[in-house]
Amino acid sequence: MKEELFISGRNIPNIDPFLNIWHWEIPVYLYLGGVSAGIMFFAGLFTILGKEKEMPTTVKWATFLVPVALVLGLFALFLDLKHQLFFWRLYTTIRIESPMSWGAWTLMFITPLSMLWAASYIKELIPGWKWKIKFVDQIEDLVIKNRKPLAWAMMALAVILGVYTGILLSAFNARPLWNTSILGPLFLVSGLSTGLAAIIWMSKSHFERSVLTKIDIVLIGVELFLIVHLFMGFLAGSAVKIEAAELFLGGEFTTAFWGFVVILGLIIPVILEILELRGFKIPIWIPSLLVLFGGLIFRFIMVEAGQITRFLY
Amino acid sequence: MRYGMAIDTAKCVGCGDCVVACQTENNVPNGYCRDWVVENVNGSYPNVEIELRSERCNHCENSPCVRCCPTGASHIVEGGIVMVTHNECIGCGACIESCPYDARYSHPDGYVDKCTFCQHRLEKGLNTACVDVCPTSCLHFGDLEDPFSDVSLALKNRTWKVLAPEAGTKPQLFFLT
Repeated sequence: MKEELFISGRNIPNIDPFLNIWHWEIPVYLYLGGVSAGIMFFAGLFTILGKEKEMPTTVKWATFLVPVALVLGLFALFLDLKHQLFFWRLYTTIRIESPMSWGAWTLMFITPLSMLWAASYIKELIPGWKWKIKFVDQIEDLVIKNRKPLAWAMMALAVILGVYTGILLSAFNARPLWNTSILGPLFLVSGLSTGLAAIIWMSKSHFERSVLTKIDIVLIGVELFLIVHLFMGFLAGSAVKIEAAELFLGGEFTTAFWGFVVILGLIIPVILEILELRGFKIPIWIPSLLVLFGGLIFRFIMVEAGQITRFLY
Repeated sequence: MRYGMAIDTAKCVGCGDCVVACQTENNVPNGYCRDWVVENVNGSYPNVEIELRSERCNHCENSPCVRCCPTGASHIVEGGIVMVTHNECIGCGACIESCPYDARYSHPDGYVDKCTFCQHRLEKGLNTACVDVCPTSCLHFGDLEDPFSDVSLALKNRTWKVLAPEAGTKPQLFFLT
């Protein structure tokens, strides 16, 4: 009976009994954005350090993944919109207060930049490749000449993109699980680490892999540290924060989070990576796959759990 | 000019007339609502307390939905009313996520919709539809800055509370207790 519904509350789709307005599109986008930010950051970093020769996968080959990942991520974002024909409204204003506006503009710059960067290496990847149009050759020359400044821009934009994937969630004070400023650094570090995992998986040079693996071990350490701090902050917080933390400490996300994200996605790969550096024979794709998988699950859990938490009144 | 509403929880009988009036006035699609009645039961027999609250958008002064909106579709108009411009809204859902009161919903047509304090009626000098229809007169609406408005007078002699003040949004819906 409708009357009863009116009186005892509401029943709006995707809002009652708990908010579920963001589905798989958002975590997939956050994940692809994070991986892209990771790959671009290290491509920029090792270009600035002048290591193109020693680290070819980092600087050149892995960057081909970035435009693909970003375009897929943007497509996922587009699917999430419910008033899709008006998506261009994002680019008619700049709203400093809105993280989503920031993100939209960052993507506006970083996507073409990543395409230019990858395209400028296509001649090295496919010998004998020729651009059919002269104009493209001129652009390519320009990119090759200005590699260092572009690398700086790429690093800066990658950091903004990586932090933004976390800030997007942490800006919502109505969802206590998200409303913590540590989410920005946490998503950045997780993005850098998953980006590294993708590069390590692709790399064929032993030297390159060992350098990247060492960085990845540090990053996973930092990520674990930030996760501990996330929960310390929650447990020392107000009632709504404690309730949010309890979803992960005995609540419905406990197994998924500690099992898949922390143990399978962080601790096991870091142990495997340390063993590999010590000289044990470990197939390189195993730790990489685990890190990439853990990162994806992490974002799914954060987006889903965050929407359940709310203010009590 | 600052519009606000006072809801007398002691007089509300939970009939749901405000909900139906709003749906009719604003062409709210079937299955959705811009306002709703919450029945809050506290304690156990024989010490039971029921609080009935007619809730809607709080038209917060520090509105998180306006802050989060990437296109500026959510904005504040004169009188502090939070409005959504339909053809600027991209339906990203950021404002729905940001509202501590879950007062916004995604309209089947794509854009986000919510209570407007019946701005189209206020412009004509009328009251909001929910206030006009309330059979127990438990809803009081008006300009909070005018000491003789209906809402100011209602707040003057009664104790009241706002919902989730800890969210820091400075809501403009006052519940008389």
